[in-house]
Amino acid sequence: MTESTPEPAHAQLVVIGGGPGGYSAAFKAAELGLQVTLVDKEENPGGVCLYRGCIPSKALLHAAAVIEEAAVSTPMGLTFAPPTIDVDQLRTWKNEVVQTLTKGLGTKVGRLKLTYLQATAQFLDAHTLLVTKTDGTEARLTFEQAIVATGSRPIALPGAPTSPRIMDSTGALDLADVPARLLVVGGGYIGLELGTAYAALGSKVSVVEMTGELLPGCDRDLVSVLKRKLDKRFEAIDLKTKVVSLEETETVVLARLENHKGEAREEHFERVLVAIGRRPNSEGVGFENTAIKLDPRGFVEVDGQRRTAEPHIYAIGDLTGDPMLAHKAYAEAHVAAEAAAGHKSLYDPRGIPAVVFTNPDIAWCGLTETLAAEQGLKVKVAKLPWRSNGRSLTLGDTNGMTKILVDPASDRVLGVAVAGRGAGELIAEGVLALEMAAVGEDLARTIHPHPTLSETLYEAAQMLGGK
Amino acid sequence: MGKEIRIPEVSDGVVKGTVISVSVAVGDKVEFDQTLLELETDKAVVAIPSPFAGTITEIRVAEGESVAIGAVIMVCETEPLVGAAGGRPGLATAPDPDPKAVGAAGGRPGLATAPDPDPKAVGAAGGRPGLAMSPGTDKVDLETVRTGDEVAPAAPSVRRAARELGVDIYQVKGSGPAGRISEEDVKAYVRETLQRLSSDVALRGGQAPSRPLPDFAQWGPIRREPLSRVREVTAESMTYAWATPMVTQFDKADITDLEEFRKRANAKAKPEAKLTMTAILLKVCAVALRAFPQFNSSLDLGRSELIYKDTIHIGVAADTPRGLLVPVIRDVDQKGIERLAVELNEAAAKARDRKLTPDEMAGGSFTISNLGGIGGTNFTPIVYSPQVAILGVSRAEQTPVWNGSGFGPRLMMPLSLTYDHRVIDGADAARFLRWICEGIAQPIQLLMKG
Repeated sequence: MTESTPEPAHAQLVVIGGGPGGYSAAFKAAELGLQVTLVDKEENPGGVCLYRGCIPSKALLHAAAVIEEAAVSTPMGLTFAPPTIDVDQLRTWKNEVVQTLTKGLGTKVGRLKLTYLQATAQFLDAHTLLVTKTDGTEARLTFEQAIVATGSRPIALPGAPTSPRIMDSTGALDLADVPARLLVVGGGYIGLELGTAYAALGSKVSVVEMTGELLPGCDRDLVSVLKRKLDKRFEAIDLKTKVVSLEETETVVLARLENHKGEAREEHFERVLVAIGRRPNSEGVGFENTAIKLDPRGFVEVDGQRRTAEPHIYAIGDLTGDPMLAHKAYAEAHVAAEAAAGHKSLYDPRGIPAVVFTNPDIAWCGLTETLAAEQGLKVKVAKLPWRSNGRSLTLGDTNGMTKILVDPASDRVLGVAVAGRGAGELIAEGVLALEMAAVGEDLARTIHPHPTLSETLYEAAQMLGGK
Repeated sequence: MGKEIRIPEVSDGVVKGTVISVSVAVGDKVEFDQTLLELETDKAVVAIPSPFAGTITEIRVAEGESVAIGAVIMVCETEPLVGAAGGRPGLATAPDPDPKAVGAAGGRPGLATAPDPDPKAVGAAGGRPGLAMSPGTDKVDLETVRTGDEVAPAAPSVRRAARELGVDIYQVKGSGPAGRISEEDVKAYVRETLQRLSSDVALRGGQAPSRPLPDFAQWGPIRREPLSRVREVTAESMTYAWATPMVTQFDKADITDLEEFRKRANAKAKPEAKLTMTAILLKVCAVALRAFPQFNSSLDLGRSELIYKDTIHIGVAADTPRGLLVPVIRDVDQKGIERLAVELNEAAAKARDRKLTPDEMAGGSFTISNLGGIGGTNFTPIVYSPQVAILGVSRAEQTPVWNGSGFGPRLMMPLSLTYDHRVIDGADAARFLRWICEGIAQPIQLLMKG
């Protein structure tokens, strides 16, 4: 979507960054009648989510699930030969998925008559941007309002050498090869998802995590549903262990690991994936040339409409803080675009679903048992293991749990969590329940289709014993 | 450091006042709490104290000027290291972002090296307050979750509708399960609010049909004088009260014995404890109000509720050189007549000296207006809305009363009870007033019945 027509020097609304936050804000604002200029360095919008995050990782994870599924079908009388894995073809397929989606976004840019600048942008002051196009030409762009959605990037391991063998999530998704041994540094969702994909493709995967638990912040009973599988899937999971040093040799990376007792050991890996978190892209945007304020971690401070300290400049997505998730950015994007168009919009979600796509998946929204305990909140909890669910039995996979937290006095749903196959799909009902201020009885009296995994929500709600 | 001194909030509902005297001049050194000026507000003169010690460098008001609460009246060069005592009240403080955020924006996937489940990050929905809106934008409440509240139980579409109507969703009472708020609830809230506002406007006479006045000068010379603040407030509250459907009930109380007692008591009493008939009536009314609680109530038509008050605070109309003032004697039912007499005398003195504060005239649940000292055979007082009843007292007279065998002279005090007929029925009013008359004639009755 490169344009050869002369670009305007002025924009009614400029959106900086073409990830999920940026493109949704641009599309929404255009639909609301604003003249929108969208700035991104890629040929088409998409951002980390489409190019280097959610979409490519889910493509690989689906391939992994097919492999795993085939491997465990023997009890059904189906035995497959071990798969032949054509890594190049897998990569091509994954890239095609990404291209289909990003091209679709590019088409929409044209259809909505946005001005698309393949460039980076930097604030010179609160009303002017310096736009540097990918061909190196520079131009000034003045604007009435701006929405900044420059996203985040992986945090590098301090002291680690620069090497193609030491990858961040972007590198891992490029799928250069399937290493014999892969070290995953970080037991968060990115490390576990990519570790799962590589393990299915044939890597022996070791995970090291500094804290005492995988997926910190997630309820332990949900994690244990996953942990059962991971213990088999991965070669090793070392908690309370840190990477002291990484050293590259000609063929491998030597990793020196040290556990909490101070015992050190050395292992070699063909590749290392560093997935220890993400940080906002708030440098190089020229925020210092405006009154926009950043918090100590570099996130932009915004109000309930996502306005920064410069009221005509909004910030959305990973830039405004946790949770750094595409769907949170979508929601903020719509609020910011509506506010920019003069609507009384407000970002006030009752729940933002978190999903870990690790087969079994884990998903939750709203209050967790962990948080309730920390904050001393009284909750009534219904937990339903999937063993008795008909659908899970027919799928040959009963490893799962559904959980609902309600206010003991009012029966109001405060949180929902699902661990198991398809948890990411099932959680949507929980988010709807939170947003609608549903009570447990509402779920218990809603007819759910049989036989499906969604019945676990229905049955958990029955356990709450409402009216 | 020159610090601005503003008019503090002197009382609930008071928004402005008139400067009647300025007690300091530019260059004066003032102490903390020293009176800077006197402000006449609704019914009271309030001394405005200095919030700091220092030197007055600027005075921005003059006697006779009207000033709003919060307006800067003076600038004071403060002395260094003066304690922060006496900071002015009523300043807005930015609310804290909610650390609790029950059920708010959900969890985040754990990041390997950031295990701290920061409660603020979990309530990531929480907007940060205090950022300015761009000019020309309609105000939107940017608080997504209120401190100390559970998140409002309303669907996103309902919350959006409320925002667009300018309704604070946290004020709306939900009719659904667990207090869930529907769009209908929001609309009902708007309807009720509008009704309340429009009835207020009509009652206050602000938009009541008023006829143009004729040109009085055509019949002779005239003089126009601005209404005093007291007169203005009286006119306003009486106009408001007039919308109440009122009935007045008359009766007479035999005070022959009581008056004897009162005179004997006063022979011994100190001047400040002088026992008046009004002090005795306060006590009698308090006991009566306990027996007839609907006379100690207020009507909330908007919510179809009658508000019963557990405390008995009785206003006593006082005739002062500045006009009618109504100090309120608190917790009358808890106090003996001697103490009531002292408090009443104090209040009357304060009223005369214009020392009554607005607070001392607020919160009455019943009123007594005693014109007996002036004369007259009877009158029809007006209920001091939103109270529902008022007792008028006229001059007692020696009256021939038939005692069964002949006429004997009895000292009879005429009483008139005006009541809000929406709340009180005629028969109850007659019973209430009879109860008071019998209590006065036979004080033992107060103990029998109360």
